[in-house]
Amino acid sequence: MLTYLANPARFMRWSGPPLVPLAVATALTLAAGLYLALAVAPPDYQQGESVRIMFVHVPAAIMAEGVYYVIAAASFVALVWRHPLAEIAAQAAAPLGAAFTLVCLVTGSLWGRPMWGTWWAWDARMTSVLVLFFLYLGYIALVNAFDDMSRGARAASVLALVGVVDLPIIKFSVDWWNTLHQPASILRAGGPTIDVTMLVPLAVMALGYVLLFVTLQLVRMRTALNVRKARALLLAAPSRRGGATAAGAPPDATPVLR
Amino acid sequence: MGPYRALLRRELLLAFRQGGEIGLALGFFVLAVVLFPLGVGPEPEMLRRIGAGIIWVAALLAAVLSLDRLFAADYADGGLDLLALSAMPLEGAVIAKCAAHWLTTGLPVVAISPFLGILVDLDRASIGRLALGLLLGTPALSLLGAIAAALTLGARRPGVLSSLIVLPLYVPVLIFGAGAVDMGIAGGGVRAHLLLLGAISLAALPLAPLAAAAALRQALD
Repeated sequence: MLTYLANPARFMRWSGPPLVPLAVATALTLAAGLYLALAVAPPDYQQGESVRIMFVHVPAAIMAEGVYYVIAAASFVALVWRHPLAEIAAQAAAPLGAAFTLVCLVTGSLWGRPMWGTWWAWDARMTSVLVLFFLYLGYIALVNAFDDMSRGARAASVLALVGVVDLPIIKFSVDWWNTLHQPASILRAGGPTIDVTMLVPLAVMALGYVLLFVTLQLVRMRTALNVRKARALLLAAPSRRGGATAAGAPPDATPVLR
Repeated sequence: MGPYRALLRRELLLAFRQGGEIGLALGFFVLAVVLFPLGVGPEPEMLRRIGAGIIWVAALLAAVLSLDRLFAADYADGGLDLLALSAMPLEGAVIAKCAAHWLTTGLPVVAISPFLGILVDLDRASIGRLALGLLLGTPALSLLGAIAAALTLGARRPGVLSSLIVLPLYVPVLIFGAGAVDMGIAGGGVRAHLLLLGAISLAALPLAPLAAAAALRQALD
């Protein structure tokens, strides 16, 4: 089933029609989520209105990490089965994941200013998200570092797998480091204490983020495939014209190769 | 063991005879540490507090700077193709090259670290923990670095790129290494830090060559 759908030509056929409905669903869900988060959800008894940043921040944090696992899974498929679409999927997802990570860091910082009185604290979670951001940057830089595009894609696939093995170790070490250097006093665990009036907007926002990711991912994959096709056509063009010359055009009309 | 020993011998001979290779990384390491007191001020209390961290960060940077020595020359002159064609598994070649890299950059750093510890006013026990931590942790630096060095073969600006790739991967080594010394100063137990540091190196010993060899194969075909 997946292999069937993952053929590049078939992918172009089935991924086109759902794009508009997906985009509309994304817009509606995000609009509903923002309305619920900004207008309906009650202000927190401790944090006041600032708690509303959380509705943008937490789904971004979930996506930041989730997209990295998507990249790693796609890279695994690309390395093991040499599936061209998997490479494209991994590369398409990377800037999206980096953007989610950046949103997570920036909104966290904006929330931290009124709550903790500082833009940045070396909290364990913030630190590991920051490292994750650098992992994304390294991946993107590696993809684009080669003249030969396929070489960059394969190297980046290996890096994504190395990163996904190292990610839990990094998180563990940062947690460990943080508990030693500063007592965990600033961040109280939200977890199960969250109220339903806040959980529903959060869930809607999370769904909106996932839809946003899926939509953008499909668009980016389609664009990448089209770019490849355009490049292949450009490369093929001179030789086709060369063939026409051989078939009977005057020799002085030989086209200049661009 | 024949081919491994031969490769290790060749790498070490190259490093020694090309002169300056070992000295350069070491010189960078020392200079980086010496620059910090000039930047933050010479107060012994402050230096004692941040000294271990400075020395560890400098060790990380020295390892990153010397990464291009691992494969770049062999990639450029085709020696790497011959290694890939030989009967020796490429993973084994990576291990031999990492061992040579560690012997020529990691070990000198470990050896000179006590003197740098004196410069930043660490006490004797802390210096011992610093050197032991570096001894346990630097193999992981060479092994993880080999992955980045292999991935960036043939890239534009491989040096900058490999440091961007590998420094996030070095985070755990830095945390446990510097943490061991800080914990000792604070009066806590350092055993767990050193054990974790050793665990990272031991885990990297089989895993990193696998990844680096996979990266090398991508670079060569």
